[in-house]
Amino acid sequence: MNLHEYQSKELLAAYGLPVLAGYCAYTAGEVEAAADHLGGGVCVVKAQVHAGGRGKAGGVKVAKDSAEARHYGEQILGMRLVTPQTGADGKLVRKVYVEAGCNIEREFYLSLLVDRAAKRIAIVASTEGGMEIEEVAEKDPSKIITQLVDPSVGLQSFQTIQVGMSLGLSAAQAREFGEIVEGLYEVFMDCDLALLEINPLVLTKEGGFILLDAKCATDNNALFRHPELKEYQDYDEMDPRDLRAGKFGLSYVGLDGNIGCMVNGAGLAMGTMDIIKEYGGEPANFLDVGGGASRETVTEAFKILLSDSNVKAILVNIFGGIMKCDVIAAGIVDAAKSLSLSVPLVVRLQGTNVEEGRKILQESDLNIVPADTMSDAAEKVVQAANGS
Amino acid sequence: MSILVNKNTRVITQGMTGKSGSFHTEKCLEYGTQMVAGVGPGKGGKEHLGIPLFDTVAQAKEATDANASVIYVPPPFAADAIMEAVEADLDLVICITEGIPVLDMLKVNAFMKGKRTRLIGPNCPGVITPGEAKLGIMPAQIHKPGNVGVVSRSGTLTYEAVFQLTELGIGQSTCVGIGGDPLNGTNFIDCLELFEQDPETAAVIMIGEIGGSAEEEAAAWIKDNMSKPVVSFIAGATAPAGRTMGHAGAIVSGGKGTAEGKFEALEAAGVTVSRSPATLGEKIKGLL
Repeated sequence: MNLHEYQSKELLAAYGLPVLAGYCAYTAGEVEAAADHLGGGVCVVKAQVHAGGRGKAGGVKVAKDSAEARHYGEQILGMRLVTPQTGADGKLVRKVYVEAGCNIEREFYLSLLVDRAAKRIAIVASTEGGMEIEEVAEKDPSKIITQLVDPSVGLQSFQTIQVGMSLGLSAAQAREFGEIVEGLYEVFMDCDLALLEINPLVLTKEGGFILLDAKCATDNNALFRHPELKEYQDYDEMDPRDLRAGKFGLSYVGLDGNIGCMVNGAGLAMGTMDIIKEYGGEPANFLDVGGGASRETVTEAFKILLSDSNVKAILVNIFGGIMKCDVIAAGIVDAAKSLSLSVPLVVRLQGTNVEEGRKILQESDLNIVPADTMSDAAEKVVQAANGS
Repeated sequence: MSILVNKNTRVITQGMTGKSGSFHTEKCLEYGTQMVAGVGPGKGGKEHLGIPLFDTVAQAKEATDANASVIYVPPPFAADAIMEAVEADLDLVICITEGIPVLDMLKVNAFMKGKRTRLIGPNCPGVITPGEAKLGIMPAQIHKPGNVGVVSRSGTLTYEAVFQLTELGIGQSTCVGIGGDPLNGTNFIDCLELFEQDPETAAVIMIGEIGGSAEEEAAAWIKDNMSKPVVSFIAGATAPAGRTMGHAGAIVSGGKGTAEGKFEALEAAGVTVSRSPATLGEKIKGLL
C-alpha cells in the first residue's frame, strides 16, 4: 500500500523528523487559505497522486504568494497528471499539498528498503537528489552509497555518519544527517515498511535538513498489525476492480487487453497471461483465485472480469490441487448462468476430480469451450476474442 | 533417495489441528509419508488422525524422533513457529504459510545463521519425492517417480510442469517449491546444488518469476557448476512494472527483476529456456 506525500510527512513528523509546514487542499479556495496560513509568501502547490515524476508533469508549482498559489491550485486540481509511472491515462488529481517554501543549498537522495539478495535492510543514499534514482544507478553507479543493517544489532550511528560523510557533509552535518537516518529507520521498523524514500533530502541555506519529499510503501503482509496505517488507504487511487477483488480474497491486476483470465496460483496466472500473448492475444487482467475458491468466489471473480467492458472472451485455467475441479466447474456453471454470460468462455481444467469437473461443464448446456492443455486453451480463447 | 525428503523422513505438522494442517496431513499420510506428530499449543496429550499431538516441537521430536516439520500456522505466528522448529534442531522445516511479514522473515534469517536446519519457503507448496514422501499441499496423483528434478517459485505452475512430464512418461526425482516470497529459506542455487549431487536426478526444470535476482544468481552458478541439463521458464513476461503479481516477491521494481533479464541471463549460462509454460516437458524430453 502506498502513502501519499502528505500522509508520509504526517507519519514522519510524528517521529520528530524535519518536515516543512503544510496543509492538504481539495479546492482552489482551500489552497489559498492554506497559503495564507503559511504566511502568504512563497509556497509550493503539489499534486497528491500515487506516482513519481509529478514535477516534470506539471504537478508541482512554486507560488510567490497566496494569489498565485490559488491560480496553481485551480490548474492542478482536476488535471489528469501523466507521468512515466501513471500510464497514458494519467491520474486524476483530487487534492494538493500546499507546503512552505525553503532555500535549497543541496539535494540528496535517501531511502530505506529491504535488499532481497542480502536479506538486510539497506540505507541507500546519493548526492544526486531530486533525480530518478534508477537513472543515477544506470549512468553513474559510483554515486550510489549503500549501507546494510545488521539485523542482530540494528542500525548503528557509525554507519549513518559514514554515509553522511560519503555525501560530502561536514562532521557536524553528518551527525545531524545520521540522526535523521536513525529516525527513518525507526519508522521503517515500527511501521513494517517496504520502502521509505526521501527524494530530495534537502540541506537548506540556513544549514538544517528538510525532508522535502517523502514516499512510504507498506509491507501489505504486515498491515494486520498496523490498523492505524490502514487508515491511510486511498481508495480513489486504486482500480475499483482491484479493491473488489481484495474483498473476496482474490488477487487482481487490471491490464489493457480483451481476454479475461481466471487462474489459481500466481505463477500459473502469470504463465497464462504470457501464453495468451504468445498466441497473439492480449490479457485483460491477472486474477488469482487462490487455493480455496468456492462457488461464491468464482461468481465474484466472473463479475469482476465482466465489469471490464473490454473483455471479449474469458479463459479459466484451473489446476486443481486443493481446489477440486468439480467444485470449480459447478461454480463456473452457476456463475455463468446467474450472470447470463454472453462472452465466449474457454475452460481448461486439470488435476483433482478433473473428469467429474469436465462432465459438469459438458452437461451444463452452456456454450463452454473445453481445452486440454494451456496451448490449446490459449489458442481457443484468442480465436474467440477475435470473433472467429 | 533424491533430495531433501524420502521414505525415511519423519514429519511433524505444526498447526495440525487447523483446517489446512489437518486436511493436508491426512493427504500426506494417505501418500505414505511418515507423519509422526502434530504440534499445537494446548494440544499436548491429545490425538488427531491417529497421530499424537504435542504442545511443542521439542517435545514432539523427543517423543517421536522426528527430523522434519511442515508449518501451516497463520501469518502472525508463523515466523515464531519456524524459529521454534529450528531451535529444536530439526533437519528440515517447510513453511507453507503465505502472508508472513517481511521483517519477520528478516528476523528468522538472522536467527538461522549458524544453525543446521534447512528452511524451505515460506509461501510454498512444499516438497515431494514421488513414491516416497509428500510434505506439502501438492496434488499427489499427477506425480510419478523418475529422474527429473523440479525447483520452482510457483505452486500451480509447478503442477503444470509436473503434469507435462508425467504425460510424456517422464518422472520426477524430487519437486521443491521454494515459494513466492521475496525472502525465503532456500533458493534456486541450494536446490540446483543438491540436484547436481543427486545420482537419481538427470536433469532439472527451474521455474522462476519476475522480481528479485535469484534466477540471475542461479544462472551464474549453473554456468560454473552444473553439469546436468536445465530447462527454465520465467513467468510474468507480460506483467506491468511496479505491480505485485499475486506473490509478494513477484514485482519488477526500478527496472530490475524483469522476465527478459532473467531469460537472457539463463540463456547466456547455457540453460535451455522455454518461453512458453506449455513446452517444459517437451524441452526436457529433448535433453534426456
